Amino acid sequence: MGSLDLNSLINALVLGLSIASIWLLAAIGLTIIYGVVGVINMAHGEFIMLGAYSSYLLQSYFGLPFLLCIPASFVVVAAIGLVIERGLIRYLYNRPLDTLLATWGVSIVLMQAVRLIFGSDPKYLAVPALFSSNLQIGFINLSVFRIVVMAVTALVVAGTWFLFYRTRFGMQVRAVTQNKEMAASFGINASRVYMLTFALGAGLAGVAGSLFGVLNIVLPTMGTAYVVQAFLVVVTGGGTLLGSVFAGGLTGELQSIFAAVTNDTFARFLLFLLIVVFLWFRPQGLFAPRSVRR
Amino acid sequence: MKVSRRGFIKSTVVAAGAVAAPHVWLPVSSEAWGATLKKGEPIKVGLLFSLTGSLAVPEEDSTLVMQYAIDEINKAGGIAGSPIQPVIVDAKSDFAVYSEKAKELILRDKVIAIFGCYTSASRKAILPTVMANNHLLYYPTCYEGAECTQNTICTGPLANQHSKDLIPFMVQNFGKKVFFVGSNYVWPKESNKNAKVWLQQAGGELLGEEYIPLGSSEFGPVLNKIREAKPSFIFSTVVGASDIAFHKQFKQEGFKVDSMPIASLTTGEIETRAMGNEFGAGHFLSAPYFQALDNPTNKKFVENFLASKYGKNGVTHYNMEETYTSAYVFKYGLEAAAAKLGIENVTPRAIRDNSGGIKVGADVSPEGPIWIDEQNFNCWLVPKIGQCQADGSFKIVKQAAEHVAPDPYSIYPNLGTCTKDGLKAPDGKIRKNVI
Repeated sequence: MGSLDLNSLINALVLGLSIASIWLLAAIGLTIIYGVVGVINMAHGEFIMLGAYSSYLLQSYFGLPFLLCIPASFVVVAAIGLVIERGLIRYLYNRPLDTLLATWGVSIVLMQAVRLIFGSDPKYLAVPALFSSNLQIGFINLSVFRIVVMAVTALVVAGTWFLFYRTRFGMQVRAVTQNKEMAASFGINASRVYMLTFALGAGLAGVAGSLFGVLNIVLPTMGTAYVVQAFLVVVTGGGTLLGSVFAGGLTGELQSIFAAVTNDTFARFLLFLLIVVFLWFRPQGLFAPRSVRR
Repeated sequence: MKVSRRGFIKSTVVAAGAVAAPHVWLPVSSEAWGATLKKGEPIKVGLLFSLTGSLAVPEEDSTLVMQYAIDEINKAGGIAGSPIQPVIVDAKSDFAVYSEKAKELILRDKVIAIFGCYTSASRKAILPTVMANNHLLYYPTCYEGAECTQNTICTGPLANQHSKDLIPFMVQNFGKKVFFVGSNYVWPKESNKNAKVWLQQAGGELLGEEYIPLGSSEFGPVLNKIREAKPSFIFSTVVGASDIAFHKQFKQEGFKVDSMPIASLTTGEIETRAMGNEFGAGHFLSAPYFQALDNPTNKKFVENFLASKYGKNGVTHYNMEETYTSAYVFKYGLEAAAAKLGIENVTPRAIRDNSGGIKVGADVSPEGPIWIDEQNFNCWLVPKIGQCQADGSFKIVKQAAEHVAPDPYSIYPNLGTCTKDGLKAPDGKIRKNVI
């Protein structure tokens, strides 16, 4: 184990915030779909990938500036999610194991479709020059793009919270989450709630994808790397928004600090080990909803 | 109906099991190759590269250029009157799949040779199968050496043809302090062992050594450590998709290429294209081939390949060129074996035994003439160092004066030397198939 002075520790903590925001952004769509609709969406990584590709498409063929590609990707992927929900997922709500397999199938179909349309060579997302620079305040260093990712994550979390806890639609969503039949008997259209929530979750994955395409590489298989992190955050967090925020924050900071003290590979090993031990003692996750989950 | 938490964890495990399950069971036999070549009938060769996953960036190109080379050879009349027929498989960037597909290619498809792999991890995964069947692997890219098998022919540079010039060049031009970054598997670790020897000889100083999991895209922690260490340059053996993330984040985190360039063994034209030219410009690469090489064979190769149906990715790079020349090494080796034994008696091992000294001349090899070493079956070539320009092409800044001999045990002289019959230890004992 190496040592860590104060400056390095602070830099690691700041970077941890950034890693946390990436993990959380990857996980938030999955959290919503799992938490509300109860579907374990194996195609989540591919929604992220679709977000990156829609940004690429809009940028290279329609000349849309990168900052507008982010919301546009939300719309595109949400629409795709909507079609998948209406065409497939809604028939499987009472068969949870089947949704698992069906969404896994969807993920393969999406990956191959993108490969057929765009080819399997990597694509490139251009960003404003400002995003390729970094910010230095004293001894603290952080790239501008990481700050952008943090800001978008904060916006997305705040927006989701507002939607779920401060709007009429959110109240309906929470009612359906707690008891679908009872909510339906009060005149809430549960099918519509599920449809919109699924589309929302897919759209948020699209936002994540358009940002990850800049940090990383745009490939048909890029989603698989993020879906594991996303599942870890959702499972650790307990499937609630608050849970995912805390789980994402914690895992990101731990990853960063472990990596700073030891190395990247060992950091992952430690982190995954801690998560396994944590789930052993608390299988319901950090903040599990006190509902009629069985 | 909601899924319970335990149900969720269980079913995720079930799904993971379902993904991992379909292994094809095939017996490993030690018998010789169970097929015969006949004049006029297709010669089957296996192309074992990843078309999907994190290694697809370079390996898809290997498959494409191999098909291009096969078409070219077939158009010119094939080998000894027979056309080559490629059997293309996708190894999915998964080392278990490499091994499984190698068995299939050898035992079921009965190919006479396998062209495959880009990483040493995958090569080490399939070599036991290749050796058990006394088969033949063309490994068409760079590797660390320290292997001596009787079933491999390599057309890429070994460590002594790769980093041995690069490290002193960087030390002279940028300074003595170095930081090593690599992907976490065997090739980067062995390459760095070699690089440390060259670094010591050049009077340099190693400030740190970090390894990133294959396929990882988070370089924040490593870049923080580099920022604190303040090296004169970075020596990188990061491969695949990670390499692109590394270069992107290097610039995004405010590192300047003029004061701290990355000297890489892998970041060529295709990686630069994928990351965007502005992220690649200024960095250095050691390779025997660059797309910008100025000779008539290369100009023709680049032009014809890019115009062909296999040239859709728009570049040629060292890994493709080494794969391309391996097709001709195979052609000449098979022709030599057939001339000696008759085509019906040719086996994979016979091709290998007749490939020592095979030369791919300046009229075919885009990097200039190369030949196969008669003892260790690696390649004699001219190492070059290129610097990436603003348009994504490489400018050759240094070139070895003459061909450099491949030396797989250059930093392990006490282990012996690789001969055609096996690894000859200093006490004169010969060990076969050392991996």
